[in-house]
Amino acid sequence: MGRKITIEPVTRVEGHGKVTIQLDPQNNVTESRFHIVEFRGFERFVLGRPYWEMPVLVQRLCGICPVSHHLAAAKAMDVIVGVGPEGLTPTGEKMRRLMHYGQMFQSHALHFFHLVSPDLLFGVDADPAIRNVIGVAIKHPDLAVQGVMMRKFGQEIIRATAGKKIHGTGAVPGGINKNLSIAERDEFLKGADPLNIKKMIEWSVAAVNFFKDYHKKNKDFIDSFAAFPSNHLSLVRKDGALDLYHGVLRAVDADGKKILNDVDYQDYLNYIGEEVRSWSYMKFPYLKSLGKKDGWYRVGPLARLNTAEFIPTKLAQKEFEEFKAYTKGKPNSMSMHMHWARLIELLHSAEVMEELLNDPDLQKNDLVVKGTKVKEGVGLIEAPRGTLFHHYRINDNDQIEMANLIVSTTNNNEPMNRAVNWVAVNQLSGKKEITEGMMNAVEVAIRAYDPCLSCATHALGKMPLSISLVDAEGNLIDKKEK
Amino acid sequence: MSTIQFTIDGKQCTAKPGQTIVEAAKQNGVYIPTLCHFEGLKPAGVCRICTVKVGGRNMAACTTPVADGMVVENKTAELEDYRKAIVEMLFVEGNHMCPTCEKSGNCELQALAYRYMMMVPRFPFLFPKRELDASLPKIVIERNRCVQCLRCVRAITAPDGKRIFGIVKRGGHAKINVDRELAQSMSDELAQKAMDLCPVGSILKKEVGFAVPIGKRKFDTKPIGSDIERA
Repeated sequence: MGRKITIEPVTRVEGHGKVTIQLDPQNNVTESRFHIVEFRGFERFVLGRPYWEMPVLVQRLCGICPVSHHLAAAKAMDVIVGVGPEGLTPTGEKMRRLMHYGQMFQSHALHFFHLVSPDLLFGVDADPAIRNVIGVAIKHPDLAVQGVMMRKFGQEIIRATAGKKIHGTGAVPGGINKNLSIAERDEFLKGADPLNIKKMIEWSVAAVNFFKDYHKKNKDFIDSFAAFPSNHLSLVRKDGALDLYHGVLRAVDADGKKILNDVDYQDYLNYIGEEVRSWSYMKFPYLKSLGKKDGWYRVGPLARLNTAEFIPTKLAQKEFEEFKAYTKGKPNSMSMHMHWARLIELLHSAEVMEELLNDPDLQKNDLVVKGTKVKEGVGLIEAPRGTLFHHYRINDNDQIEMANLIVSTTNNNEPMNRAVNWVAVNQLSGKKEITEGMMNAVEVAIRAYDPCLSCATHALGKMPLSISLVDAEGNLIDKKEK
Repeated sequence: MSTIQFTIDGKQCTAKPGQTIVEAAKQNGVYIPTLCHFEGLKPAGVCRICTVKVGGRNMAACTTPVADGMVVENKTAELEDYRKAIVEMLFVEGNHMCPTCEKSGNCELQALAYRYMMMVPRFPFLFPKRELDASLPKIVIERNRCVQCLRCVRAITAPDGKRIFGIVKRGGHAKINVDRELAQSMSDELAQKAMDLCPVGSILKKEVGFAVPIGKRKFDTKPIGSDIERA
C-alpha cells in the first residue's frame, strides 16, 4: 500500500505552502510536490487603474520586499511614459538604486540572520523550541543584534529614498519624487555606531566569514544537501558585471554555456514561457528554446553569481573570486551555497550603498523625465529572491488593460520542487515514521531559496507546518503539526 | 452694530456681521471641522460635519450666520461623536483604499478620520459598484472616492462661467458627472485646480501621481485643524 506525506504549511519562509510526498508500499519516494495554495489575483484587480498608480499599488503584493515590486513597476512605467529604463536623470536612477540596494541589504540580512541562522547554529534536527530567532537572540546575542541593526539600516535607507520603510512612494514614472538631503545622507555616512555604512560593511564581511567558517566545518552538509545541476538566469550589466537594478537577460546552463545571450528584457516573451500545472497556483516558467522539460532554471543569489562575470565592488569581488574558485569557475549548483552567494551580495549591497551615498548626484533636483507615451512596457529587476518580471499594457485612456507578473519565487518553482524531491529521496525514502528533523530538512531545502510564496501567487499569508501520512486510498495514517 | 459678541464652548468670541459660524470660529482660533466647505465658495451645507448646537438645535456652522449673543456648542462629546459617525459613514458608503490613493496624506477625509481616531468600522461596508471615468483628456474621475461635497460643482467653470461638473440622478444613485464637451477643453491649470479643490482623491490630474514625497504632504506633520486651533 502506498502512502502520501503532506507537509503543511512550511515555516520560516514568507507565505503559505505545503509539500506532499508520495511513497510506494516499500516506503520509497515515487513523487514529491511543493504546492502553493494561495491565490490573490493582483494581475486581475489592477486592470482599469491608471498606469501611474502601478508602482504604489502593486508593491502591496508584499510587505517583505515591496521595493522590488515598486521599482519593477516603475521601470515598466518608465517605458510606457517613453523614457525607457536608461533614460532617467542621474539623480532619478541613483536614488532608485540606493533604494534597491538598501532593500537588498535588509532583506538578505533578514533572511540569513532571522530565518536561516537557527538551522546553522543549532542544527537541522535541533529542538524547534530553540531552533528559532529567539533561540539565536538568547544564545548568540551579538549575532542577533547584528541582524536587527543591519535590517534597520537597510530600512532607514528605504525610508530616506521612498518616504516610508514599507510601501513608500519614491519611484514615479520617469524618475523619483525626492532627492537625498545632506542631513539624510550624513545620518548614514556619519551615524553613531553601529548605524553607519562603515559598520555595515564590517558586519557584512563578518557575515560572509561566518558562513565560510561554518562551511569548512560542515562541508558535506553544505556541499551535498539538495545539490543538483540546473540552468541559471538573471540580469547582468551589459559588460557582464553583477547588477541588481538593471541590465540584460542572461542564462547559462549547468556547464556555464550561455543559453540566453544578453537579450533585451522588453522581448522576454520571446524567450520565457509559463507552464500551468493543475496542482499548484504557482506557474512553472521555462526557457522556450529548451522547452518545458529542460528549460527550467534557477534565479536568485546563486544564479546571479553564476551568470555574472565579476562584481563591480572591491570586497565583494574578492569574495566572488573565492566563490568561483570553489567550483573551478563552473556554475555552482549546490542549493546551500545560495546562502554563501546571498551573503556576498549583502556585502556588495553595502559597498554600493557607500558609493552612492558619496555621490553628489543624489543632492540634485532634476528628478523626473518625460517622453512620448507608448502602450506597453516591461520592467525587470533582480529582487532579493531573484529575477522579477512586471509587464503592463495600457489603453487609450491610460488605464491598465493587461498585467503579467512573474515573481522570483515563481521562477524558482521547479528548482524548489527539485530540492524538496532531493530531501524526500535522500532523507525520507524507506522511513516509516516522520521525525521533526525530517520535516525541517524539507523546509531547510525550501528556505535556501528564500521563497516569498505570497508574492508568487500574489497572495498574503504565514507559514506554520503540518505533515500527514496518507495511504494510497487516502486514509490518514500519521500526522504531525507545529 | 459693527462687532458681534458670541461664545463657542464658553469662549468669548467676536465676529463681523454676515460671517458664518465657521468663518467666525476660525477667526477666533476655534476649529470646527469642515469637508464640503471651502473658503471663497458659496456654502453648500451638504456634509454636515460642521454641525454645532445653537440654542439646543443642531445647525450646519458653514451656512448659519453668527448673531449677537449666540451661544454655540462645538467640541462636546455628543457632537464629536456625530462628526466621527459622519466620517465613518462616508468611508463605508464609498470604496476608499487609502494605501494606494495618491491623495493619501493630502486627503481631508483621511485627515478627519485620523483626527477622530477612526479605528474600526462601526457601520457595515456597502461596497457600492461605482465607475472610474478615465476617458477625459486631463482628469480621471474616481467615483469610488467621491463624497459629493459639490466643491467641484461650485468652483470649476469654463471661461464663459458654465459649470463643468454636476450631480446626476438622486438619493443613493446620485453621482458626480461632467459636461463632456466643456471637460474636453479643460486646461492643465483648471485640471490642477479641480484636483486640489477635491477634498478626497476623486478628481485626479492625468499622468502625474505621487509627485509630493511622503513627509511633505499637507497632513504628514500637522493634523487637520491644527493651523486654526489656538488656546
